[in-house]
Amino acid sequence: MISAFIFRALKGHIVVTVAVILAFAVLVPASNLLLAPDHALHIPTYVMSLMGKYLCYALLALALDLVWGYCGILSLGHGAFFALGGYAMGMYLMRQIGSRGVYGNADLPDFMVFLNWKELPWFWYGFDMFPFAMLMVLFVPGLLAFVFGWFAFRSRVNGVYLSIITQAMTYALMLAFFRNDMGFGGNNGLTDYKEIVGFSVQGGGTRAVLFAMSALMLALCLLIASAIVNSKFGKVLVGVRDAESRVRFLGFRVENIKLFTFVVSAMFAGIAGALFVPQVGIINPGEFAPANSIEVVVWTAVGGRGTLIGPIIGAVLVNAGKSYFTGAFPELWLFALGGLFIAVTLFLPKGIVGTIQSGFTGRKAMRAAADAEKGRGDVTAVAQAAE
Amino acid sequence: MLIRFITLIFLILASAAPSFAQAPDPKPLFNQLADADFNAAEKLVGQIATTGDTRVVPALNAFAEGDLYFRKSDKAVFAAKPAGAQLELIDPVTGESAGQVAKGAVTKIRINNNLRRAIRAALGGLTLMSPDRGTRLSAADAILRSPSAEALDLVEAALAKETDATVKARMEEARAVSLLSSDRSIDDKRAAIATIGKLGGRDALGILNAVSSSIDASLKPDLDAAITAIQNEQQLWDMAQNVWYGLSLGSVLLLAAIGLAITFGVMGIINMAHGEMVMLGAYSTFVVQQVIRENAPGLFDWSLTIALPVAFLVTGAVGLVIERGVIRFLYGRPLETLLATWGISLILQQSIRTIFGPTNQEVGNPSWMSGSFPVGGMTITWNRMWIVVFSLSIFVGLLLLMKRSAFGLQMRAVTQNRRMASSMGIKTPWVDAFTFALGSGIAGIAGVALSQIDNVSPNLGQSYIIDSFMVVVFGGVGNLWGTLVGALSLGILNKFLEPSVGAVLGKILVLVLIILFIQKRPRGLFALKGRAIEA
Amino acid sequence: MNTIAETRSKSLLYLEDVSVSFDGFKALNSLSFVVEPGELRAIIGPNGAGKTTMMDIITGKTRPDTGKVLFEDEIDLTRKDEADIAQLGIGRKFQKPTVFESHTVWDNLELALNRPRGVFSTLFYKLSAEDTARIEEILDTIRMSHRKNELAANLSHGQKQWLEIGMLLAQEPKLLLVDEPVAGMTDAETAETAVLLREIAKSRSVVVVEHDMGFIRELGVKVTCLAEGSVLAEGSIDFVSSDPKVIENYLGR
Repeated sequence: MISAFIFRALKGHIVVTVAVILAFAVLVPASNLLLAPDHALHIPTYVMSLMGKYLCYALLALALDLVWGYCGILSLGHGAFFALGGYAMGMYLMRQIGSRGVYGNADLPDFMVFLNWKELPWFWYGFDMFPFAMLMVLFVPGLLAFVFGWFAFRSRVNGVYLSIITQAMTYALMLAFFRNDMGFGGNNGLTDYKEIVGFSVQGGGTRAVLFAMSALMLALCLLIASAIVNSKFGKVLVGVRDAESRVRFLGFRVENIKLFTFVVSAMFAGIAGALFVPQVGIINPGEFAPANSIEVVVWTAVGGRGTLIGPIIGAVLVNAGKSYFTGAFPELWLFALGGLFIAVTLFLPKGIVGTIQSGFTGRKAMRAAADAEKGRGDVTAVAQAAE
Repeated sequence: MLIRFITLIFLILASAAPSFAQAPDPKPLFNQLADADFNAAEKLVGQIATTGDTRVVPALNAFAEGDLYFRKSDKAVFAAKPAGAQLELIDPVTGESAGQVAKGAVTKIRINNNLRRAIRAALGGLTLMSPDRGTRLSAADAILRSPSAEALDLVEAALAKETDATVKARMEEARAVSLLSSDRSIDDKRAAIATIGKLGGRDALGILNAVSSSIDASLKPDLDAAITAIQNEQQLWDMAQNVWYGLSLGSVLLLAAIGLAITFGVMGIINMAHGEMVMLGAYSTFVVQQVIRENAPGLFDWSLTIALPVAFLVTGAVGLVIERGVIRFLYGRPLETLLATWGISLILQQSIRTIFGPTNQEVGNPSWMSGSFPVGGMTITWNRMWIVVFSLSIFVGLLLLMKRSAFGLQMRAVTQNRRMASSMGIKTPWVDAFTFALGSGIAGIAGVALSQIDNVSPNLGQSYIIDSFMVVVFGGVGNLWGTLVGALSLGILNKFLEPSVGAVLGKILVLVLIILFIQKRPRGLFALKGRAIEA
Repeated sequence: MNTIAETRSKSLLYLEDVSVSFDGFKALNSLSFVVEPGELRAIIGPNGAGKTTMMDIITGKTRPDTGKVLFEDEIDLTRKDEADIAQLGIGRKFQKPTVFESHTVWDNLELALNRPRGVFSTLFYKLSAEDTARIEEILDTIRMSHRKNELAANLSHGQKQWLEIGMLLAQEPKLLLVDEPVAGMTDAETAETAVLLREIAKSRSVVVVEHDMGFIRELGVKVTCLAEGSVLAEGSIDFVSSDPKVIENYLGR
């Protein structure tokens, strides 16, 4: 049963993508560590970290694709799950600093000493243990998604309304994490990390391992996502996206289906955030900003939603573009990003991968899909067009 | 403190007070001070006060401060103030300058605490008996604010002569306040507490609280009752003030949301660039003010009036372009609209940043927008007042436009049944375009008002967009009244949460409450019910 | 209490005194209505008579303000939601054909199949030989075996209607509610649909809402005419269509 579930994930293009990601996981660190710095194929550490960051974003976009592309839930709050995963990792890293902080307090992170706190708040307990922190990376975003989704899906908050309240959710969290009293470092967030599981976070080897972990996690989550969408559950998921009431009248509990997907997706986002934090060296409340979550949507849209691979490609392309623009023409980046939003929605609604895929399946299918899109409004028009 | 205060009042009023003839001239009395010992001086001060000549007040003040001198040559007395190395002599009665002398040419008239007290009493008595009604009123007010036992005799003396009913009432209050700190009988004090209790307000509360520790035990119940009564009244005023702050915040939310109530509420367009329309309106105001400052500074008070149509046209035109250029291709795909309009908002922000720079722009308040006025126990600033009035008038105007005008009729027809409207000859694409332009234009007008209370920067719109959506969704999509009630109730809720949990946490709580509310009523406060909406 | 329920032997669906209003508009006005097991029933009525609202209430989409809705005489449908009611064995076909357009015909039927519908049972579901056979059988019934691998989006309007009926069959309901199955169909398709529905009704109860009088005549079953939210007349098609109230309200003179 389980094996069938896993086996289903291995569709041709998924296998290829996973192979490419795994090749990256090996080759990039190898080139960084083994080749001499003046070698033509040597990848400098900062480039590797940058690529590692893109892989985390790719995983975040993949998480969004699972809920948006397959289930039709446009979450404008996925940045919140990403940030929560990041904070869980950040808390572990803070605890690893120990007495090497500015104030040299072995138990309290610097910002707590600064705020004159006497003891560690209860919600920081256990974060000095790596396995516990990793569990929290999954659990905290998953719990938030569960509670939020449990309320929202049960009361059938749909479409735009859901998008708006997910945005309100991440906005409220941002305001909350900006407060010093919350106990997460307020404005400055968590930073100045020293060690991760005993290795210096700045070390070249550590960076290489973090990169490889990002690639591995992306590959693993891609396989899990693929197994989900290719199962009968995945078909129900698409059914929910296209005709929710039909799914309901067939006897499925739509709220449970959505909730499961939302929680899994939030956990993916949490993993992405957790891998992101040690590579960039900081997590602060800015990660909760609603604009960040919307940007994830555009990566997914550019690559092609509902394709799993598209969001990965989209995230890497858009972020590479961002790195280039903000370096070369910082003034122009927002114009480019804004233009990209408009261009993709107007001219490339299926995204890059979606367009290529429908190119493969032939003209007929494309025409049919176009008919289907038009058809939602008008029964008789479809009937006539079909005849 | 008291002295300074009375002096201040005097200085303000003296210029307005008519000059009047006085029987005894205070000048010789001053000159006698040169030879008087402390006791004699005290008597002299009393005599000076009984002249009732209010011109002597500055000189008495100078005396209290130790700035009264006599000239060694002729023992004439002057107030003096330093002028470089020398002293400038000032006539104690007329206040005119009497030339400068070396410091050695004059001797300071010595003063002690008894004398100071006498001077203070004299000063209070002088102004209380001033022939000018305003001066007497202010003097009574001053005693009310900082009462003392010494003032009691003076107040009572003044009361006996007083004829004006208003001033008399105020003096009665001043007397009651002073009486509490004196050694009068219990019954007198009880009456005084009752008088103060009736007076009400923060000052009265302060006075009663101040005496509560020292007062006779038998008066305690009266005192406590009076304090509770005042506190209750204060609570009512605090509540009223909170409601006002809430209404004020609510009207800001209403302003921010009302354009969205059209583009999102009526047309169903998820317009993430809505905040930028508000921002463009604010920048239009800035530009209008710049032009006025450079070309016709006299018109500055009219700048907002001029900015209103300008902002409406500018943002309306931008809205028209956006609808024709992007949104019309995305009807029926709300989530895509959301993305495209977000892209537009980024472009608009960056354009403004490129043109005007990333920093805040200075937008001035016209004179009629500044200052404040008191209403009972609370203070209302004019700019908030006008913004409440303004947002409500926009609301009413929009309501009339929707319900009474031909365009409003077409608009409603198109949103209710597009195909039917189209077959009746309504040019639906243009109705869409102009409806969107109208929503954008109104957002622009809101920007004019918001430029008065917020920083005008390229990020202005960003701070309103989430709030605006919350208001429209909370109120119920497609219902203008819902937007009004939503905005005002969220504003008031926010302000009532703020004192107990702080501003940020209050805002977070409101967001969480809205999220929970939407679970309960996914279509908002005033949702349309029925089958049609589910389609 | 002496209600109709007790005097009758055993009904499949039982509505008594059901009323519901939207913003003051009474969509159903103390409607009473009974369906026997194995019955094929047609419902006619002008627009706004409450036909679709009645279906909404039976399937749990809308809650009635007052009244009783019982399934198999004992299950109170007003307390259940859509998924519960579907699992009890009530299938519904919408007015507008609603199939999963981005799935193949086969997948549409596979999803509709009456199997455990929980998250994990669907995640680890594996198509068994028995299920394959069942799907093949339904494909035969709805005459679509040759198109089983095509996307539902590519079907004609009539074929989508049939696919939807096929999905309801896969659901194995005891009661099937069918809303305007022949709207937008050619005459040939209409005739075939009538045959299909009669065939389906052999093993279960079917309620058909339809405007097409010719189609109802072809079905040849008991007809209920609704108007303004309550029953106007009930009986054979000839009986109902000669009722003066029905003529005035619906058929026109």
